[in-house]
Amino acid sequence: MRNQYVLVVVILFLFAAALFVALPIEHPLWLEEGLAPGEDTQRDIRELTLGLDLKGGTQILLEAVISDEQPLPDDALNSAKIIVEQRVNGLGLAEPTVQLQGERRMIVELPGVKNPDQAIETIRSTGQLEFVDPGTDLIIRPGDFINTTNRPTAVAKLQEAVTAGEAAPQSIPYPDEVFNTIMTGDILQTVIASQDEYSFWQIQFDLTGESSGQFFTYTRDHIGDVLAIVLDGRVLSTPVINAAINDNGVISGDFSREEAESLAIQMRYGALPIPLQVVDVRTIGASLGQDSIDRSLQASIIGGALVLLFMILLYRLPGFLADIALAIYVTLNLAMYKLLPVTLTLPGIAGFILSIGMAVDANILIFERMKEELRSGRSLRLAVETGFSRAWPAIRDGNLSTLISCAVLYWFGNNFGASIVKGFALTLAVGVLLSMFTAVFVTRTFMRSFLSTQGRRLLDNRGLLGY
Amino acid sequence: MYRLVEHRRIWFLLSLIAILPGIVFMLWNLSTSGTLLPLSIDYTGGTQWEMRFAEPVAPTDVGNVFVEAGFSDTKAFHVEDDRTVQVKFKNIDISQKERIQQAIVARFGEFDERLYRSIGPAIGAEVSRAALLAVIAASILILIYIALAFREISYPLRYGMAAIVALVHDVLITVSFLSIMNLFAGWEIDALFLTATLTVIGFSVNDTIVIFDRIRENLRRYRGAPLATVANRSIIETAQRSIATQVTALLVLAAILIFGGITLRIFMATLIVGLVSGTYSSIFTATPLVVAWEERTARGG
Repeated sequence: MRNQYVLVVVILFLFAAALFVALPIEHPLWLEEGLAPGEDTQRDIRELTLGLDLKGGTQILLEAVISDEQPLPDDALNSAKIIVEQRVNGLGLAEPTVQLQGERRMIVELPGVKNPDQAIETIRSTGQLEFVDPGTDLIIRPGDFINTTNRPTAVAKLQEAVTAGEAAPQSIPYPDEVFNTIMTGDILQTVIASQDEYSFWQIQFDLTGESSGQFFTYTRDHIGDVLAIVLDGRVLSTPVINAAINDNGVISGDFSREEAESLAIQMRYGALPIPLQVVDVRTIGASLGQDSIDRSLQASIIGGALVLLFMILLYRLPGFLADIALAIYVTLNLAMYKLLPVTLTLPGIAGFILSIGMAVDANILIFERMKEELRSGRSLRLAVETGFSRAWPAIRDGNLSTLISCAVLYWFGNNFGASIVKGFALTLAVGVLLSMFTAVFVTRTFMRSFLSTQGRRLLDNRGLLGY
Repeated sequence: MYRLVEHRRIWFLLSLIAILPGIVFMLWNLSTSGTLLPLSIDYTGGTQWEMRFAEPVAPTDVGNVFVEAGFSDTKAFHVEDDRTVQVKFKNIDISQKERIQQAIVARFGEFDERLYRSIGPAIGAEVSRAALLAVIAASILILIYIALAFREISYPLRYGMAAIVALVHDVLITVSFLSIMNLFAGWEIDALFLTATLTVIGFSVNDTIVIFDRIRENLRRYRGAPLATVANRSIIETAQRSIATQVTALLVLAAILIFGGITLRIFMATLIVGLVSGTYSSIFTATPLVVAWEERTARGG
């Protein structure tokens, strides 16, 4: 029976570790960094990740408008995603996300957005690329926001939007200056990222015939000066003019491959490469989200307390041990949600609560079986062991068929933008898997170690077993 | 010994009585609106908009703004309290939304946008197809699983088929329930209904498996006993578990139904009906069916 104590210690250690992860406290850096491999930021696991239906926000499903004769060009959707991402990042939201879905759709999530309609307009708008003369006295850097003769009130509009909480603050070095636009992006015919003979990444571009004369004159007169490439008021790049540019040119610099490709895409498609239409919008107000959190929390606590009470009333001591296993189960679940991570939505919470039902059902199956064995005159120890072993096939088969439904639901949710359905399937599946561990293994270990120390007392006091 | 499976005609009749309103409703719905079920905008496409005003507002007044703007097919009703109005109408694009929003603010004052959902008809149709596919795929996979899990006893496929019939029975009961609620409270089949249905399927199969598992075990123990006797015994032996499980599940579901807020109400009510039906069908549909099948082939052969 010494093994049982080792197992109890292992279970308690696991419980403590899960509790540590689940609690809303500061976590050590190695844990947060270990959870976000390959990303430059560590993941904050102080709080659970909440879905838009709980924290409020807007989810937009965009679809590329394409005709049957004209298929989607390769990579067009990826390029569109980069542009949309950049525009979304300009909205000043906490954690906006853009995800491709299938071959012609993308999902944009804007948590906490105040004016969803305007945000959608911003995403779908056609951006404008300009070549701007920064003058010789002032220094401007990529990322700066400036006025140009083409858009003389860009800075004022941005400041207005920032005050209204609809845009992220930008670096504005010269709020009153209006810089001279030399040409707009229309003169660009093709822009590609490529490698030069030393394998350094660069951006190659060709100009259209009509207006290149004007560009040629300017670059010829400004060799050695800086040229600013500006998209919608924001400076993308500030290359130095090395030679007069007639019909094609190269921007070189210390670019990584990603930087070069991203800049090429932005220059090419100041406007989106393909028209996008909004096919599904879902906005949940922050007040409704908060209501949902409060209510589901209340419902979980009441429902959970009722179940715990019911188990003790019906099964006495085993019921109490199952309740402890249930507490471990809830903690393990919360820890898993942070580690995987699972974005918690309202149906996700429903899935979690239902998985508690499954966990309890496993214990009920076992304990009912135990009572049956006791009634038919088996010894206590044998009844406990038979209870677990005989109940197992039913628990296994039942849980596996639930997992099958979960897999189908998850697939459905993943392919059809029904992220609510996906959240439900994920929490139910995680719950069912963990419940097989706690309801069977943990409860059995507790029962065995209890029997080995207190078995005699238990036999004298049959009321403790509730039969 | 109780003679549960012998009285199967009564149980089957009870199921039929519960399912019939749903079938009648579906046929009536098909003849009036052209679709079998009261589908929400998740499947048909359309717009749903919930606004909470500072003062109590009559839904018909809000609805009239939409009608004046050219959306004749608009439904408006209160949710939760008399300051909150939900409007359902056909799809609009964003420029139209701003226009209507201005008209509403001009008449009723500023409001809190609690919820806005607008989904195109093409997406809706795609979701419907996928939903149907999801239910069928889940059923087939479960059938295969049960046939495999019960392969050591004779005719494992019968057990799988009986479980599927019980599952279809439960889906029909929930649809019947929802169609009655549609008649009285305007409830619709939305994306969450699919989630509820698949959960019900999972639990129904779970319940059926518990009884079948006991039959599997008892067939080994009482070799030569008629299947009906073994089935009756298995149902009785697992009855305590069925009741206890049912009570715990209902405790949790009822807590969410009562305290969980309006968003989950239809979902939870559907689940409760489905769960009760699932336990009923495992005892009174699936098990008698296996026995009936066996007796019929025994008589025939």
